[in-house]
Amino acid sequence: MDEFMLIFRHMDGHQVASPEQIQVWMKQTMEWIEGISAQNKFIGGNGLLFDDARVVHHGGKATNGPFGAIKETIGGYIMVRAVSMDEAVSFARGCPVLQGDGNTVEVRKIARRDGIHS
Amino acid sequence: MNQQDLLPHFFRTEYRNLVAVLTRRFGTHQLQAAEDLASEAFVAALDTWPYQGIPDNPTAWLYAVARNKARNYQLRARHFSSRIAPDLMRVGETVSQPEEDLDLSAPYIADSQLCMLFAVCHPALSSDAQVALALRVLCGFGLEEIASAFLVSRETVHKRLTRARERLREQRIPLDLPGRGELAARLETVLQTIYLLFSEGYYSECRDEVLREDLCLEAMRLASQLTENPLTDQPPARALLALMCFHSSRFAARRDARGELLLYGDQDPSRWNRELISRGVELLHQASRGDRLSTYHVEAAIAYWQTVREDTAEKWCSLLQLYDQLLALRYSPVAALNRAWVVARLHGPEAALAELGPLEPVLAENPYYHALMGELYGGLDKQAARDHFARAYALARTGPDRAWMQRRLEQEYPGPPPAPGKRKA
Repeated sequence: MDEFMLIFRHMDGHQVASPEQIQVWMKQTMEWIEGISAQNKFIGGNGLLFDDARVVHHGGKATNGPFGAIKETIGGYIMVRAVSMDEAVSFARGCPVLQGDGNTVEVRKIARRDGIHS
Repeated sequence: MNQQDLLPHFFRTEYRNLVAVLTRRFGTHQLQAAEDLASEAFVAALDTWPYQGIPDNPTAWLYAVARNKARNYQLRARHFSSRIAPDLMRVGETVSQPEEDLDLSAPYIADSQLCMLFAVCHPALSSDAQVALALRVLCGFGLEEIASAFLVSRETVHKRLTRARERLREQRIPLDLPGRGELAARLETVLQTIYLLFSEGYYSECRDEVLREDLCLEAMRLASQLTENPLTDQPPARALLALMCFHSSRFAARRDARGELLLYGDQDPSRWNRELISRGVELLHQASRGDRLSTYHVEAAIAYWQTVREDTAEKWCSLLQLYDQLLALRYSPVAALNRAWVVARLHGPEAALAELGPLEPVLAENPYYHALMGELYGGLDKQAARDHFARAYALARTGPDRAWMQRRLEQEYPGPPPAPGKRKA
């Protein structure tokens, strides 16, 4: 069993949805996670806040962001256990974020512990 | 993980609570900022709750986030006003002190919402703007939802809302209740807007039945808020609420199994909501005090009789009297048209036709006028009846109207099909 990170990319982190829409997304996201959790394959996750976000550039310069020029921003992630990349992808397919046109979920295997470092 | 479900419309409810209190703190010129802050609190919830579970007290969680955001916003605004742009501030646009926490107690929220209702229904705003703004800030609807309810584009709603917010700012409309002197006049506008909101839901062509019913329930909720405050609990407010109870009692019965609209005569009265009807009766009874008879009183009484299916002389005599009162209070050709139908029931089609004669010039383009004429001519002059139904069909503005007028034509007046109806924009 490997560990994977599912990274949600949104087209526009500032677009304000209606309260009712947010409630729908809330329910869908919880059901999605509960589905993975029920198989004991959910490790954890979080949303990433856009408030006061910064990007630090080469040379150490920090700017507000990541807004404006960047089309896609990371809105959150979850970590799961899966027997294969295919299974991790099948979890990702159920992510409600994908209802937004242009949104993506990136699936990355987390590097295994090497057993040497404690 | 906490498996509890949120109450239906939880965010919508908390949105309007937060917007009212935040706007009261910031002033109506910063309505947009209040809306944005409230939305941000929900986005914060969406970024946290699915992973960590819904908090034991979700409302308290949201209010704590909103309090923080409001404090930061005000600190930034104060910094801006004192250091950067003292000259840019307009007189009266002071920034209140952020030290005090937002009061999010139930009575303060209720009071703030009532103030908001009066600000949103300020006569300086157009009725389109009032209704759109009411749905947004008093009901917590999103642009998309308002757009579907009114069958207009999202951009149109956005423009309406932006203009409405500008108007609130330009006119420096305060967020408080009107003084006793102007209360009656201001309440009148508030009631008009609420009734408009209700009618938008009740008569909308929007196919989304849930959304339409939501609009009606929201209108009723706003009217209830008026009746819960001693200052605004005036007889016309109760009469309007009674009127809306009577109408909405037929919600479930208006559609058949396939979701098609049923005419009043085809509805199954056992599906009318008796609870709403008795609530309406009670409210109308309570509204019968004071010395002023509002149009809502009369319309509610008419709507009451529509909840009585039995044809009795008492029913039709009362209705005739009520329509006479309504026409005396506020004449409208459509009310006169409805009165003619009552005359027909009481005194026969010839008497009704005589009443309708003078209305022809004003109602020549009204499909219901021609439908009623067709009905009245039914037993007198088949050709005239058919011509009127064909005209009604051609003029019909909504899908269900077109459908039933076409049915009348096909079933009772077969012949070559009428020309397709002109669709009005």
